[in-house]
Amino acid sequence: MIDLVDALRNPAMAFLRYAIMAGLLASISLGIVGSYVVTRRISYIAAAISHCVLGGIGAAVYFKAALGWQWCDPMLGALVAALLSAIIIGFVSLYARQREDTVISSVWVIGMAIGLLFFAKTPGYVDPMSYLFGNILLISVQDVWLVAAMDVIAVVLGLGFYNKLLAVCFDEEFAELRGVRVKFYYLLLLCLTALTVVLLVRVVGIVLVIALVTLPAAVAGHFARQLWQMMAIAVLCCMAFVAAGMATSISADLPTGPMIILIAGAAYLLVALTARLRRRHG
Amino acid sequence: MASEPVVTLKNVSFSYGGSPALEGVSLSIAAREAICIVGPNGGGKTTLVKLILGLLTPQQGEIRVFGQPPCRARLRIGYMPQHAQYDPKFPVSVMDIVLMGRLGQAGLAGLMGWHRRADRQAAYDALTQVGMRELARRPFASLSGGQRQRVLIARALCCNPDLLLLDEPTSNVDSLVEARLLDLLRDLNKKMTIVMVSHDLGFVSGFVERVICVNRRVVTHRTSDMTGQTIHDLYGGEVRVVRHDEFLPEGHLH
Repeated sequence: MIDLVDALRNPAMAFLRYAIMAGLLASISLGIVGSYVVTRRISYIAAAISHCVLGGIGAAVYFKAALGWQWCDPMLGALVAALLSAIIIGFVSLYARQREDTVISSVWVIGMAIGLLFFAKTPGYVDPMSYLFGNILLISVQDVWLVAAMDVIAVVLGLGFYNKLLAVCFDEEFAELRGVRVKFYYLLLLCLTALTVVLLVRVVGIVLVIALVTLPAAVAGHFARQLWQMMAIAVLCCMAFVAAGMATSISADLPTGPMIILIAGAAYLLVALTARLRRRHG
Repeated sequence: MASEPVVTLKNVSFSYGGSPALEGVSLSIAAREAICIVGPNGGGKTTLVKLILGLLTPQQGEIRVFGQPPCRARLRIGYMPQHAQYDPKFPVSVMDIVLMGRLGQAGLAGLMGWHRRADRQAAYDALTQVGMRELARRPFASLSGGQRQRVLIARALCCNPDLLLLDEPTSNVDSLVEARLLDLLRDLNKKMTIVMVSHDLGFVSGFVERVICVNRRVVTHRTSDMTGQTIHDLYGGEVRVVRHDEFLPEGHLH
């Protein structure tokens, strides 16, 4: 922890301050949206969306380098790709129920393949690893602002429609009978998921981010009696995982993304195992 | 007051991808009637219920609920599904669930799904009716099967319905709760039409006026006309009338 405090004070390591700010801010929407994702059991769909993001990042990197579109930031590409894939996957899962998993996996890999092809055609060398698994050295102050803005959207929509989203996640059929436009809220939930996975692309990357959507909420699920409690606990867990992961990665000089995920995964396994043992002996 | 029928089906057929579930069903349910839908598993009971709710659309025939297509009459129906379908670990309280019955209202609060004080009061009243008020704050996951069923009945009541549609309301409750439930339904029947699916003819035979027997085709009987032979035909020998004699000695069969 002392290393982290020192590093945060170090003026030459501004990226670290940005990274921890982005991580803590993103935890808010990760906890809220993640709780919906886990209770509605769509973490597989969330994973597909986050992988598709590579297509958007690749396109943005290519357009910026090859066509000189300076405004075309990789994060913007990620955002567009995430929302687009959320809507495509949403319609697929609403209307093609029989082969839903097959279609979703193909959207998943097509998104990634498009990204890799764009990387290959981009002048100069692009390292896909930093997008796949995160690289906190690349974080800028704009990224922090972007995270904050998307946070606001996710919180306003995710908490504003709490009762309706709760009803849709718990009992879609009954919600529909009460006049709730179930398909609209399902797509809204997927779009919120899309926003949320984009938040931490820089820090943990698109492959690992899905762990931060599901694991804090899964840990929280063991302690919560109501959905809002699950969200609150998930936010705190996520913040703790991000902080602990950054601190250990600095002390041990290891990559940040994998450290955060490892800690989140270990916490989840510990909680799940304890719950199981207690059930067996209680 | 000779009001229009609450539910009418005219020559309705429905099949799941080619295999027929219901064929040529015509029936009519009058206001304030109490009706039970019975029949073997897979015979089409739940399909019939979902057609009335507008969750399924028939390939043939016409359905009217309160004189309208089912989708437009939904808000006047209080529906209790079978409880087995829920995720047992879902973090949700009894009150949260009953309040879902208050969704679908007009205005900004209705659009956002926010609950007002009147909604909470209605939810408490519904829980009181099923004897669950003390458990309002409990997690749904911690309840017994019978308690969960009563929560779902309370949610249906919280819709303030004109038609109460209950799918297997007694499959998990003990005989004491069953008797109290029957009293409650009798009382509610003064204000609303009640249609329920049940395996247990004994439970309902002293209460409902007519029985709709569903086994791909539909036959309606008045309970007063039902004979041992009718019931035997219906269940193919596996008769539950024995239980009926134990629990409700006054509701005898002819």
